[in-house]
Amino acid sequence: MTENQRGGPVLTVEGVGLRYGGLVALRGVDMTVHRGHVDGLIGPNGAGKTSLFNVITGLTRPTEGQVFLEGHDITRHSPTRRARLGIARTFQRLELFSSLTVRENVQVAEEAPRGVGRRGAQSAEALVTEQLERTGLISVASARVDTLPTGTARIVELARALATEPRVLLLDEPASGLDPQETMALARVVESLAAEGLAVLLVEHDVDLVMRTCSTLTVLDRGRVIASGAPDAVQKMAIVQEAYLGSVADDANGNGDGTDAPAESAASNEAGR
Amino acid sequence: MHFFLVYLVSGIVAGAIYAVTASGLVVTYNTSGVFNFAHGAIGMMAAFAYWALRVPLGWPMIPSVVVVVFVAAPLAGALIERGLIRHLFGAPVASTIGVTLGLMLALVGVATILWNPGDYRAIPTFFSPTKDVSIFGVSVLYNQLVILAAAASVAVGLRLVFYKLRAGVAMRSVVDDPELLALTGASPRRTAQRGWMIGCSLAAAAGVLLATQVTLNITTLTLLVVSAYAAAIFGRLRSVPLTFVGALVLGEIYSFSQSTYIPQWFINDTQLDKTAPMIVLFIALLFLPQGRLRTAGQVPAMRMPVASLRTSVVGGVVLMAGALVISAFLSQSNLLYASEGVALAIVMLSLVLLTGYAGQISGCQLAFAGLGAFAMGKVLGGASPLGLVAAFVLAAAAGALVALPAIRLQGLYLALATLAFGAAMDYAFFESPNSFGYGGSLLVGRARFFGNNFASNRSFLVLVAAIFAVCSIAVLAIRRSRFGRRLVALNDSPAACVTLGIGIGRTKLIVFALSAGLAGLGGALYGGVSGQVSAGDFPVLLSLTLLLLATVWGIRSTSGVLLAGFAFVLLPLIPHVSSLIYLATGLGAITISRNPEGILGETITRISVLTTRLAGRNQPQNPIAFEAVSNSTEAAPAGHRAPIEPAVTIEPAVTIEPAVTIEPRAPGA
Amino acid sequence: MSEQVAGLSLSLRGVSAGYGSIEVLHGIDLEVEAGQVAALLGPNGAGKSTALRVLSGRMAATEGQVAIGGEVVRKPVSERLVRRGLCCIPEGRGVFANLTVDEHMWMWTYRGGVDRARLREDVFSRFPELGTRHKQLAGSLSGGERQMLSMSRALCPGIKALLCDELSMGLAPKVVSELFEFVRELAARGVTVLVVEQFAHTALSVASTAAVLVEGRIRLRGTPSEIEAEIGRAYLGEASTVARGA
Repeated sequence: MTENQRGGPVLTVEGVGLRYGGLVALRGVDMTVHRGHVDGLIGPNGAGKTSLFNVITGLTRPTEGQVFLEGHDITRHSPTRRARLGIARTFQRLELFSSLTVRENVQVAEEAPRGVGRRGAQSAEALVTEQLERTGLISVASARVDTLPTGTARIVELARALATEPRVLLLDEPASGLDPQETMALARVVESLAAEGLAVLLVEHDVDLVMRTCSTLTVLDRGRVIASGAPDAVQKMAIVQEAYLGSVADDANGNGDGTDAPAESAASNEAGR
Repeated sequence: MHFFLVYLVSGIVAGAIYAVTASGLVVTYNTSGVFNFAHGAIGMMAAFAYWALRVPLGWPMIPSVVVVVFVAAPLAGALIERGLIRHLFGAPVASTIGVTLGLMLALVGVATILWNPGDYRAIPTFFSPTKDVSIFGVSVLYNQLVILAAAASVAVGLRLVFYKLRAGVAMRSVVDDPELLALTGASPRRTAQRGWMIGCSLAAAAGVLLATQVTLNITTLTLLVVSAYAAAIFGRLRSVPLTFVGALVLGEIYSFSQSTYIPQWFINDTQLDKTAPMIVLFIALLFLPQGRLRTAGQVPAMRMPVASLRTSVVGGVVLMAGALVISAFLSQSNLLYASEGVALAIVMLSLVLLTGYAGQISGCQLAFAGLGAFAMGKVLGGASPLGLVAAFVLAAAAGALVALPAIRLQGLYLALATLAFGAAMDYAFFESPNSFGYGGSLLVGRARFFGNNFASNRSFLVLVAAIFAVCSIAVLAIRRSRFGRRLVALNDSPAACVTLGIGIGRTKLIVFALSAGLAGLGGALYGGVSGQVSAGDFPVLLSLTLLLLATVWGIRSTSGVLLAGFAFVLLPLIPHVSSLIYLATGLGAITISRNPEGILGETITRISVLTTRLAGRNQPQNPIAFEAVSNSTEAAPAGHRAPIEPAVTIEPAVTIEPAVTIEPRAPGA
Repeated sequence: MSEQVAGLSLSLRGVSAGYGSIEVLHGIDLEVEAGQVAALLGPNGAGKSTALRVLSGRMAATEGQVAIGGEVVRKPVSERLVRRGLCCIPEGRGVFANLTVDEHMWMWTYRGGVDRARLREDVFSRFPELGTRHKQLAGSLSGGERQMLSMSRALCPGIKALLCDELSMGLAPKVVSELFEFVRELAARGVTVLVVEQFAHTALSVASTAAVLVEGRIRLRGTPSEIEAEIGRAYLGEASTVARGA
């Protein structure tokens, strides 16, 4: 993966914090998604990825911090408004319109109201067809979506999100439930989108997909950003290893369990080299 | 001051009855996740059963109460849970509504058969009606004290059960986490069954108590419980103590709405005592915290393909031709029946649009139809084509007005809100002397078109059929249009709609208005069949029947509702069957609710499966073939995947939908 | 409480399972001998929770065979497996938010053959924090206390196998080590234990054998020391460890 000329920032999250009752879900999170790049957000289960996602899409309002879309503060905007301004997303649990065909799913998105006018002079028909061709779905265009295998269905959801001509695309664990071949197909589509200049935020557990497509990785653990950088580098960081694999060793607040500490540090030293 | 106390006491008594029935509703909802629309009907049956034991059979009071409330009712509850409710675990909301509404109608039907509504019946009160005691200078009847005592016992009893009995604690836990309950070794199913036994017992108790206060009338008793829904909503469908509070408030509102503090004419005209609880219910629903936006469809996803323009036009022409031909052979009265059926089919077309496509459950379409008939009768002498336009417009405006506050409501709560509106319209408008005159009716004519006044029943039938055909074509065209896609999307995934920037509220408002207008048009034509409409033509119970009928026959299909219309009209023609309408619809709804496509859809699916098998060819859409094609750019084949089944929503566990927003379970999860 | 129990063995053979059209487990084999402590590890989404659901009878396998204590489970019914002695602690604090600690003890008696007063004694002596808060609603307890309450079910007499799903999730290290200490105590009495964890090192500290589940398949199997070196790679991909291996 070559270091491209960085595209401009499209979506920025600054100092975002989220509290539910006494629980802190997010703390001082900073993150940027750039044009023409796939930026990944990873972290162990319970780290806060979903909360951050919801803050960005507008489902949850953060208790502190701000979210900017191309410089505009959208922290107070409703999810519908954010969608119209150009934030598109897919869902971890497929949210297709199951009574409609593939083409109709994309059509609904294309026909949705938006804040900015349509780019290009094409007709709605042509745009929809273009989306379908671009994502390789043209052959199943008339199929009802609930007859499709998951891999194809995920791509339909992707195509639908793209039909709104978004500025930034948020993908929520798109590889969930896909086999290696389908994941590869998905990766290819995602890469081509970035290559065309779209800003993509990928939240994912699938390591292969993340390593392959992302230019930067932000790692979340217990609500905080613990690492950020190029995937290869992040992957090797000890702190990331520990976040995923767990450590009973001392950290800032806890008292370590003495009996385990020696074996622990040896293992993590070896892994983190 | 004295009068104030009198009303206060009277309100407490009313509140006591509400409390008993509403808490029963809350118990069944909490333990099974199903809102029992038949709750009032069960109470009604109990009241009649009590009467049957007491009067014709002459049983003494105590054994009658014991048998009805403590033996028969719990038994019925257990059977209902076992036979119907258990299968609804995980079903979409529309199915649970359909089944319990169906049960309600079936029970109403059974009651109508067993106990002829024409006869007068009165339940002997517990004590002599004059025995009373004086509290703070207010005379409180012994009979009222019985009611208060009953409510108090229920409150204490429920408290004991839920806190002092293990089975009761289990009932409180099943709403939190039924899966966890199963992990402890308890049976969530049995817990639900017990909840239903208690709930039905309470419904029966309230029914008997209520019947000692009002006349024994099937419809009144069944619907009076609807006012108690407001108390249950006040308790968020969760908390029994709050339900009691809500019931008390409701009781006072009921009492004071008949008081001298309000001008008598207003009370009479609007039947405020009956209307006020409906309004309270509507408002309570608006203030209920709604759960998060649903991700699964309210109405199960459509399977049948949508007719193309050519097909629908051809269908319309065929219908017209059929009407022309067949009408030549029908007798005058049969012509009228057929016209009624088609007019009602137009009203049900509105349901295709609203509920079938957009998944918005409405139990008050006849109210809009009635408004349409009203407009038709009032405009330009009652026989003008402008009347039809006015019918559409007035009804559409009403639809928009109802939808406006109710935009946030989904599923069950929307159904309840429309029910409240429908009932309020019954009491305050249709039965009001201002609309149709005291026990009178409004003359509604047949619109004059192209110089023809359609006085001949045959020509009117053809006209109505033509209008139905045109409306069907229009509805199908809407489905194929951008707006139609949006409607279906709204039903399939409101959450996804939000993320696409689609304004859900606006879409809902428009579809409500459109469908109400269509219902109004149907109502205006319906009025023209017999030339007049009266107060009793558009009751909310009938709205519910139509909703279920349409569901049974196929609420997604324009032809389905046509069949439904005919079924509705033809059934009463069979001797002794008029009361069977309710029963048949109810039973039909119960069985067919399991299959979302209704009878028509089911038939079509079976036929198509049969023909493809006979023709020996593959299903036209082979998903595996598509997979191969979409993966054609890959090197590796995808053949190792398991056989494709139609996708279902990926919910591994079913949660009972709480009325409050779900709190996150772990930080950052 | 230090009676020895005859632990139940747990077995999954060629088990596949999924939700709707999505298959999550693809023919996995997992054997835990009676009295053994095993860890099932793997990154999120691997299918670990699904494996536990199949074992605990909450879900049916689409292929393969499930056996508890040597008996094949034909139709999964959690209540029956609970009576056989299986105790499954689900993910995300298996407690009823609106019931008190005391009421939970009562619910635990649904197992059958459990004396409520005796159980309270045992639980409160092992977890004094629960004792002092015995009238409190579970929803108001801290995360650690909730997890303790959830796990207190394992103190019921007759429990012969314990399944724990991500018990360390969202908890401070100190609390986690306390809970795992409890797991060790149970194991010492002969209870078969299967801990499912995302955080490998914590689980490996108690287990004598482990398996790593990635994308629905078992990738690694062995004792903790055997798999320690490879595990980073299984979670985070090729370049995360220097050691190249199988």
